[in-house]
Amino acid sequence: MNTYGHHQFPGKLFVVEGTDGSGKSTQLALLYQWLKTEGYPVFFSEWNSSPLVKNTTKRAKKRHLFTPATFSLLHATDFADRTERDIIPPLKAGAIVLADRYIYTAFARDVARGCDRAWVRDVYSFAVKPTAAFFFRAPLDIAIDRIVSGRPNLKYYEAGMDVGWADDPEDSFKIFQGKILEEYDRMVSEFGLTVIDASRSIERQQREMRLLIGQHLNNKKKRGKGY
Amino acid sequence: MGRSTHIALLRTWLESRGHAVLDTGMTRSVLAGRGIKEAKTGHTLGRLTMQLFYATDFIDRLENEMLPALRAGFVVLTDRYIYSAMARAEVRGIDSHWIRSIYSMALVPDAVFYLRIRSPQHLVERMVSSGRGFDYWESGMDLGLGEDFYDSFIAYQTRMLKVFDRMSSEFEFHVLNASRSVRSVGSDLRRAITKLLDEPATPGEHNVSPLVPVREKPSPAKPSTNVIDLNKEALS
Repeated sequence: MNTYGHHQFPGKLFVVEGTDGSGKSTQLALLYQWLKTEGYPVFFSEWNSSPLVKNTTKRAKKRHLFTPATFSLLHATDFADRTERDIIPPLKAGAIVLADRYIYTAFARDVARGCDRAWVRDVYSFAVKPTAAFFFRAPLDIAIDRIVSGRPNLKYYEAGMDVGWADDPEDSFKIFQGKILEEYDRMVSEFGLTVIDASRSIERQQREMRLLIGQHLNNKKKRGKGY
Repeated sequence: MGRSTHIALLRTWLESRGHAVLDTGMTRSVLAGRGIKEAKTGHTLGRLTMQLFYATDFIDRLENEMLPALRAGFVVLTDRYIYSAMARAEVRGIDSHWIRSIYSMALVPDAVFYLRIRSPQHLVERMVSSGRGFDYWESGMDLGLGEDFYDSFIAYQTRMLKVFDRMSSEFEFHVLNASRSVRSVGSDLRRAITKLLDEPATPGEHNVSPLVPVREKPSPAKPSTNVIDLNKEALS
């Protein structure tokens, strides 16, 4: 089995990470548009999107069936399906794969929930190492504001209510997000994440990303006719 | 005539002796059981995804069924444990360090009973005579080992047998020749379990610690829980 970092594919894999409300999905969508117009074959892959695992996750969330360990493992199952279906084949075909959330999301959330740091990393060791991983770092209060103002009802697992830090979902969410941010910060040097200051304007962040990603694409052939 | 028969017999016997029993088995978890069955009806379940789905099922049953039962003093009978999952993974070329690290939070069972059938040909015979047809996954069809179900089944189960035989010394399986009658296999099982149950439980010995790293402690001297693994892949 090829484990983390050992894959050699002609394609490129770029991932965005960060706490909820950091604006990473917006940035990835803009990047997707840009790469498409530039004529690259681009493939988009999202966290928690395996059709095989979807029903199980949905049911478990609704009925509160998860423990931290099974939450972690079912998300790993979902991610494995994504890897085998959506990530490795396009990379083999030489495409650019853009992933909204990757293994670092699991590392941050699961460890914040109390899973063993080394165990979670072992579970995900089959993952393909990204060409570059961008960590959208937003100050905690900004990120929380963005989420809480947009969505008055925080979901049970999203707020980390299963861990029992607080009775109030909003309080629990704040504690949870704080722990997640701590984990992300640890991972910057561990995995060489590229930190993007997510408190700046959307346009500035996008310019920076395009610059950084462009450096990896110098030798990549564009598809056919271009734009 | 295999695992499930013996589990049912053991359950009755243990209960009549006054022991509370929990029986459980692979893909029977509330969380992932249904999902695994659904995923297996299509043939699009990838190798890695399959292993993790099984691990989810196992940990759900471990945390929500087996551990609470053990803490409450039950005897737990499980129809396959981590070994079947690890063997399936290994036969599919999955890195064994990886799969073992995933299952490292499993408890070391008090005893693992390996109901061994001596050859895949015997397995087929029993399967066919029991009226069950060939199953896609049990025949290892996803591996492309043979032209039809029969050839594939033989090739796949031959590999499984090899892995189980190797594991049986590594993890000290209690090997029982399952080609014999139900009665004689059953009496061997009861004798071995009686011995385990009669061992005086010293305080602290049955502490339930969920983090026993399998790869570091393959054969512990002192078993810590009452988990019994009837471990044979193809027949039930």
